[in-house]
Amino acid sequence: MDPVFMGETFVTLLGGLPLTLKLAGSAVACGGLLALALAAMRLSGSLLLSAPAQAFVFVFRGTPLLVQIFLIYYGLGQFRPVLQEWGIWWFFRDAYWCALLALALNTAAYASEIVRGAVLSVPHGQVEAARACGMGPVTRFRRIVAPIALRQGLPAYSNEIVSMVKATSLASVITLMEVTFLAQKLISQTFRAIEIFVCAGAIYLLLNIVVTRLVVLLEYRLSPHLRAAPREPASAEAAHA
Amino acid sequence: MNSLALMGFGPGGWGGAMVAAAGTTLLLAVLGFSAGAVFGTLAAWARIAGPLPVRLLADGYTTLLRGIPDLLIIYLFYFGGSVALSAIGQAFGAQGFIGMPALATGTIAIGVISGAYQAEVYRGAFGAVPRGQIEAGRSVGMGRLLLFRRIVAPQVLRYAVPGLGNVWQLVLKESALVSVTGLVELLRQSQIGAGSTREPFPFYITAAILYLCITTVSTWGFGRLEARTLRGERRA
Amino acid sequence: MRFAKTIGLALAAVLAAGGALAQDKSWKTIRIATEGAYAPYNFMGPDGKLQGFEVDLAAELCKRMDAKCEVIAQDWDGIIPALQAGKYDAIMAGMNITDKRREVIDFSRNYTRESNGLGAELAGPLGKLPDGDVRIDLSTETPESKAVIERLRTALKGKTIGVQVSTIHANFAERYLKGAAEIREYKTTEQHDLDLLAGRIDGIFASNASERATFEKPDFKGYGLVGPKFVGGVFGGGVGVGVRKGDPELRDKFTAAINAMLADGTLKTLALKWFKVDTTPQG
Repeated sequence: MDPVFMGETFVTLLGGLPLTLKLAGSAVACGGLLALALAAMRLSGSLLLSAPAQAFVFVFRGTPLLVQIFLIYYGLGQFRPVLQEWGIWWFFRDAYWCALLALALNTAAYASEIVRGAVLSVPHGQVEAARACGMGPVTRFRRIVAPIALRQGLPAYSNEIVSMVKATSLASVITLMEVTFLAQKLISQTFRAIEIFVCAGAIYLLLNIVVTRLVVLLEYRLSPHLRAAPREPASAEAAHA
Repeated sequence: MNSLALMGFGPGGWGGAMVAAAGTTLLLAVLGFSAGAVFGTLAAWARIAGPLPVRLLADGYTTLLRGIPDLLIIYLFYFGGSVALSAIGQAFGAQGFIGMPALATGTIAIGVISGAYQAEVYRGAFGAVPRGQIEAGRSVGMGRLLLFRRIVAPQVLRYAVPGLGNVWQLVLKESALVSVTGLVELLRQSQIGAGSTREPFPFYITAAILYLCITTVSTWGFGRLEARTLRGERRA
Repeated sequence: MRFAKTIGLALAAVLAAGGALAQDKSWKTIRIATEGAYAPYNFMGPDGKLQGFEVDLAAELCKRMDAKCEVIAQDWDGIIPALQAGKYDAIMAGMNITDKRREVIDFSRNYTRESNGLGAELAGPLGKLPDGDVRIDLSTETPESKAVIERLRTALKGKTIGVQVSTIHANFAERYLKGAAEIREYKTTEQHDLDLLAGRIDGIFASNASERATFEKPDFKGYGLVGPKFVGGVFGGGVGVGVRKGDPELRDKFTAAINAMLADGTLKTLALKWFKVDTTPQG
């Protein structure tokens, strides 16, 4: 292994990092919102709402993401006249939107299950207690269900974010010049596969370590009640009062 | 040609090729999953009971494999595998290059990746085995191997079934990535067909349906297995 | 010692089980990689078998070299690294002999030489490109070639052109079209063909033979070759068999067999069968 070459490779590959981050970030954000909607549908208790959500989750969890990307990009590309008529061709024309759509739908399917599990894990007694105190459904959700579910679901959700970061590498197959695409391009120019893939792997690993740390930090911030009490909180409170 | 005829089994139809490719996908997934069971068991043992250096190694393995995109790992095995094999071969006097068939590369790559996930499943399941039973086994004079075979392994397997079901689904979907090594599995076959006929949609939708069939059947299978392994448990 | 022996035995068992093959240097068996997505050079038929000019050519060359050959499909972007990693012994994948590739692998003599250019929808924005009947040799720069390229750049302003990644065509686009057209890089030519049809790109830049093969398909009615054709310079010295640098005997065997096929006209027959025009290298 040649350190100078590795260094240069690392810098070249970093050029793809903004796109990788943009894809992962947008996919997690859009997919997260969709996941909330899907989980709400699943938990609504109405078959009319929960059945489509269940079917969606089944299809997107049951097929490889790579197949979904190809299907959306090349498969739907075959129906240009129809999509043009509907006025949505501009969206499917762009490789970026296609990749984002596939990633977001995919993560939504997985994340909706995490959200559902987290909401179901909220102890029933707490909800009952809230009801007994006279809280309405909105207040109950905001004050009791949401905070507890968030803490419950966070570790699993951090895994989902990590797998989204990893999944952006698949966007390389539809001409998006993110880190993996640049790695492959560099290999076909320099023919040094192993060194370049090691560099690319290191970039993803670092990124994922940062993501995991950030979530752990958030978890820490969200669960003050599980920490040892600070030394003199009472006197500080008193000073303010 | 309409898409039904395209996916037909007659002359010029791609149906037969697609079904055969689905078979390859299934074979690859089964082999990869089995290889992963070996790697996973070793890593789980290392993390539970191994001496410190081995434990650190196993920790590194699971962290690394779960933080790097699977596509990159498959590429690494693809390009690195033959080089490593050839180097070992030459050390033992073989000449020239030693090739590795695509199926073997795919099996090992998926095995290594899924091994990292299976290790976590086994470790979790081991945690669910009541300590008292292990102590009891020890106190009646069971050796480590006997203890493992009679007490630990059967219970770990039982608790691991749901987790293994998830890993299996993961492996099945990962097998699609092995298409980049040229192995003609379901996705590769669809790409070939899409490129050759310039009709991508029928091929990718057929692939998606075949994947769904495999996942549906295997989800049902794991459900049955879970019910069976838990038949001795008290229902909550 | 016993330990080493055990390991050796275990390894041998693993290798045997994996069906691994160690290549000897007598070249009685040769593994040849092709892409399988580059009609008419090499592509997959509905039976999943490789077909095309190079598949026929490989069979004939191997017969003349008295070797048993296996032709396998390999993705284009990893085709040279995998040759070096020992996945196979030779590449026959429409690969042009260029100086850049010569730095890492060796080539036999060329077996085809043909022109390159743009393909697009004839009624589309690139249908009326100038210089449609001009053929430019890029190995020497002339005022004429400069003027033609300048006209091409002006005509391509703001258009999107698809090329296959790390090909002579990508090199051409990088060197001569950068700043004028937007360049999109694809893993296979089949993929840029699909995107041309979907209207995601305005034109493709590829070898004329592969473009002709694409535009023959019924879906591509109304598409054709447009603008000037190019040879030489970045396009290298024609298509040859790629081998590892350490295998000069294999290279010479291929060269001798190609020469023999050129001499008795079988190469020309094969070219006419697949390309409809004579693409054999002249002189």
